[in-house]
Formats: sequence, C-alpha cells, structure tokens
Amino acid sequence: MAELRIYGLLAEFASAAELITATQRAHERGFRQMEAYTPYPVEGLTEYVGVRGRRLPLIVLGGGIVGGAGALFMQWYSSAISYPLNVGGRPYASWPAFMPIAFESTILVAAVAAVLGMFWLNGLPQPYHPVFNVPRFELASRDRFFLCIEASDPHFDLVETERFLESVGAHEVSVVKP
Amino acid sequence: MTTEAARSRESLVGDGRETLEVIGPGHTYASITDKISTIVLTQRTPRWWVVGFAISFALVMVLLYSVLLLFARGIGIWGVNVPVGWGFAIINFVWWIGIGHAGTLISAVLLLLRQQWRTSINRFAEAMTLFAVACAALYPILHLGRPWLFYWLMPYPNTFNLWPQWRSPLVWDVFAISTYGLVSLMFWYVGLIPDLATLRDRARNPIARVLFGIFAMGWRGAASHWQRYQTAYFLLAALATPLVISVHSIVGMDFAFSIVPGWHTTIFPPYFVAGAVFSGFAMVVTIAIPLRAVFGLEDFITLRHLNNMARVILATGLIVGYGYLMEIFFGWYSGHEAEWYMTINRALGPYAPAFWAMLICNVLVIQLLWSRRLRTNLVVLFIISIVVNIGMWLERFVIVVTSLHRDFVPAAWGMYYPTFWDWSTYIGTIGLFFALLFLFIRVLPMISIFEMRELVSERAEHAADVGVTPVGAEAGDD
Repeated sequence: MAELRIYGLLAEFASAAELITATQRAHERGFRQMEAYTPYPVEGLTEYVGVRGRRLPLIVLGGGIVGGAGALFMQWYSSAISYPLNVGGRPYASWPAFMPIAFESTILVAAVAAVLGMFWLNGLPQPYHPVFNVPRFELASRDRFFLCIEASDPHFDLVETERFLESVGAHEVSVVKP
Repeated sequence: MTTEAARSRESLVGDGRETLEVIGPGHTYASITDKISTIVLTQRTPRWWVVGFAISFALVMVLLYSVLLLFARGIGIWGVNVPVGWGFAIINFVWWIGIGHAGTLISAVLLLLRQQWRTSINRFAEAMTLFAVACAALYPILHLGRPWLFYWLMPYPNTFNLWPQWRSPLVWDVFAISTYGLVSLMFWYVGLIPDLATLRDRARNPIARVLFGIFAMGWRGAASHWQRYQTAYFLLAALATPLVISVHSIVGMDFAFSIVPGWHTTIFPPYFVAGAVFSGFAMVVTIAIPLRAVFGLEDFITLRHLNNMARVILATGLIVGYGYLMEIFFGWYSGHEAEWYMTINRALGPYAPAFWAMLICNVLVIQLLWSRRLRTNLVVLFIISIVVNIGMWLERFVIVVTSLHRDFVPAAWGMYYPTFWDWSTYIGTIGLFFALLFLFIRVLPMISIFEMRELVSERAEHAADVGVTPVGAEAGDD
C-alpha cells in the first residue's frame, strides 16, 4: 500500500495568481482534500479551499453575551442579594453604575473567545504537520505559494496527480511524507 | 569601525530614498521578509543596543530600589499628604495609560478603516501599548498603601463575605485596565503568530528555532487558517476600538465623579481620550524616528507615516486645546465660587508655571505642525513629539495638583512637592518602558512582516489596475 505511506503532493508556485489558477483547476477536477499555503492571506483562495460556515463569529458573540450577562449578574447578585449595602439611598440594583464593568467584561470574554476559538478551529497549537517535512516548505513563510493535494482524496493518484500539478504550472512537485 | 561606516553609508542611502509612499520602491516579499527578520536573527548585537539597554536596565534597578523602599517605609516617602493625596502616582498612571492608547488606535481603528499606512507602525505601537500599560498599572497598586492587598479589588470568594463597590469608578478602572492589558496582549500575540512562523523557518540557531517554533504554535499559512485568522483579527480590532475609548473615559470618570473643583465636569471623558491619543501618537513618533534611522528602515517607516502621525497629533492637540478652553468656561459658567477660584488659581497661583508651560507645549508648539515642511522635517518633528510628551505630563500634573491643593475650605489648603522618591519611581518606570522596548526590538520583529507582504501585493494589484508596471510584486529570486 504505497498510497498510505505518503501524506500528499505539494506543488510550489511563484505567485498568488498562479496558485489561485491551479487551485481553481484542481477544484474543477474534483479534488476536495487539499490545502493552499501562502505567506500572507490571499483573497480568492477561500472559494476553493476555505472553510464554510460562520462558527467563529458565533463563538465570539457567545463569549460577549456570557461576559456581559455574567458581569451584570455578578454585580446584581452581590449588591442586591449577597451583601446589600445602602450607599446614599441608591437602589441596590444600580443598573447604570453596573454598565462600565459589564461592558469591559463583554469585551474581555468576547476577545478571549475570538482568540481561543480561532486556535481551536484551526487546530493550533500543532507542533507537527507532514508538510513541514518538505525542505522547500520553509519558503511558504517568505515568498512562495504551495498547494497540497492530500492522498486521502478519492481522486488522488500519485502519478496522475503529479502530472496534473505540473500541467497547471507547478514549479516543483514534492511528495509529502506523513 | 566598519559597522559604523556601513551604518552611516546605509543611512545616507536611506536619506536619498526618503519617500512619501507607504513603502519604498522595489520591495518584494522576499526583500521585506529578509530585511525585517535579519534585524532579529543577526548574531551581532549592535553596540548602541547594549548601551541603551544598559542605561534603561540601570533605571529599572532604580525603580526596584524605590519600590522596595516604598514597601519598607510606606507612601510617606512620597510627597503626598492631605490635601494632595494623589500626587505623582496618579499623574504618572494617567500619563502612561494615555501613551498606550495610540498603539490600540493604530492597530485597531486604522485596521478597520483600512488605512495602508498603519501596516509598518502597528507592531511596535502595540508593543509600546503593552509596556506603557505595564508601567501605568504599577502606580495605582503602589499607591494603595498596602499594595500586597491589591487583590481585594477583584471579586473573589473571601472570608469577609465582602464585594468590591461596583458603583465606584476606581473599581471600574481595575476592570478597564486589566481588560485593556489582556486584550492588547492577545491582539499583539495573534498578530505576531505568522511572523513567529517566519522567524522559525529562517532562524539558524537551534534554540531560537525551537523557541520561535513553540510560540508560532505550528502556524503554516494554510488558506483555511488565514481565513479564520483574519476573522478573529478583525473581530479583535472591532472589540478593541470601543474598549480603548472606554478605558480613558473611565480614567476621566475617576476624576469627574468626584465633586473636587476642576474635576467635576462632563467634558472629562472625551477630553481625556483625545489627550491620550495626542500623547500616544507623540510617543510613537518619538520611538519611530530613531528606530528607522538606526535600522535603516526608511523604506518601511516613510515620511508618509510620520506626516500622517503629525497630522493626528495636530488634530487631537486642537481637541485638547478646546478642552482647556471649556474647562475655563465651565469654571466661570458653573457660578460656583470654588470652581472659579480654582480656574484663577491654575493660571495665577503657585503652580502657574506648570499651567503656562502646559499651554505652550500642548497648544502653542503644535501649531508648527500646520506646515507640511515642518511635519516632514525629522528633527523638528522629533523635538515636537518630546515637547508634547512633556506637555501632556504637565497637563496631568495641573489637573491633579491644582485641583486638590486648594479646594473648598481655605483652612485645609496646602502645597504639594514631589520628593526624590517620587522622581526616582517616575524615572524608573521610564527605564522599565525603554528596557522592555529594547528587548522587544532585539527578539521580535518590530514590523509586521506578513502585513507588509500583503501591502506589497495590494499595491501591485493596484498598479496593475492602473496600468503601471508592478513594483516587485512577483516573488523575488531565492
């Protein structure tokens, strides 16, 4: 089973435009298990290799609601139930005075949710990934653009896919060990 | 000697390449990556760095000694007493936290407004924010009298069954500053991750490789990662924008919620925010001008950036000037004897020199920035930025001291004089700020590399649209 011993094929491109064209062609050909690697966020790729759904914004919204409601509840509970303290005849539940802390807490929990949510959905931290086995992949953080078609894709065939990647203008195609 | 010569030659070349674009001509993804990462990855530490760090580190020792003495003897070593109970600690707190605001403004607000000139200055401005917040947060704690009990300000289950007083702006401040510090840290770190991956891939030193690798968390620039990354980054910017406004507003409310003459005005929150942006941008300019010179970064931090920052300084300075005018107006319009006396006392009383010096620094001197020639004259701009920093410190001195030292009852009037330990603590935090900044520029990329690549690609696309030959948009040779 030679197929199982490789992770996929990594094709190198010199520009974002080349990568977008190649990714589009691969998508048209039916490849789905693939990922593009770029030195900066490239617009136009997400159509083919991006993620669908809006989970992250929902996580952030949830964080904000939890933060705001939690802080309001804490302030109301502590000053109206747990330890009512009469300060100059003001009501125990002084909603206007509770707003600043509720606001800060909304921001804090939403921001934590944004960061942790992004890490979680992206599967980070991930110290090991097969693409790092390709020596030239270190240029993905400099000036090169890569497209990796993974062996788990049903259309994947070592010889056929390599030929395809070369036909769409890959400068170099490397086998990625798992 | 050779490095000196090389550096002076480089700076000469730089001078010849001064540009009003957001980036110098001819840069590629590779040239940007190499230029910025080499500053961090070079084995040789420049001599000016060693000297600068040594001086700031010595000042950190001064801070530690001052704080140790404070813990041992109490805040009696400072000049604060009745009636002036707030003194240097609060002046410096407000000054530092104000300086921090420019970093968030540059990184968050200018990101949301899609301003291209943000890109090369946001990283070190965010670092500046973090370090300024660290310096600021020290002061209220040191000022507590029993600083080791600072955690009483936090709501936690305790054996007294007590809670913080939620109606007090001072408690709001605890939440505002800690939220601000944490959000700034997260924003900064998230922005750093792709650049840490670049450094991991470029570092030759095995220890550096491993350390950058750990903090890069396995970032590999996958398109789906970038997609979520950008969503998270924009959401963080959108959250940080109202946050930064709220933080200095709450600092303003620390004053405005009291009935002390000169503090009890509704203009304080917005006027404090404008003052914060004003002083913060001045500090960014103070740091940017020497940085670009010593590292030869004239292509990245161009005259365009400095010119724009000078404009922000002028605009916010004019708002601050309006604030001064309104303070005087409120003093008169209140019809309150103590308020009006305070207004007169500020201008003609024992602290009048500070008041007039403040007006000269923050209102008069910045009028020079109307001239584009002076805005792009680095020496003039650098001096003005320092003058603004001094002026904004004086403003906080005037607000804190002149209001407290003569309030309602003349029998309770008094004078405030800072002691040696007031000054040593203040200078010590300046040392702490610069020591952290020196460490930052040595071990982390001070300019966001991936955002600079993005900038090059955007500009190339734009050039292609208008039919000009793209400048170094395609990947360079490796």
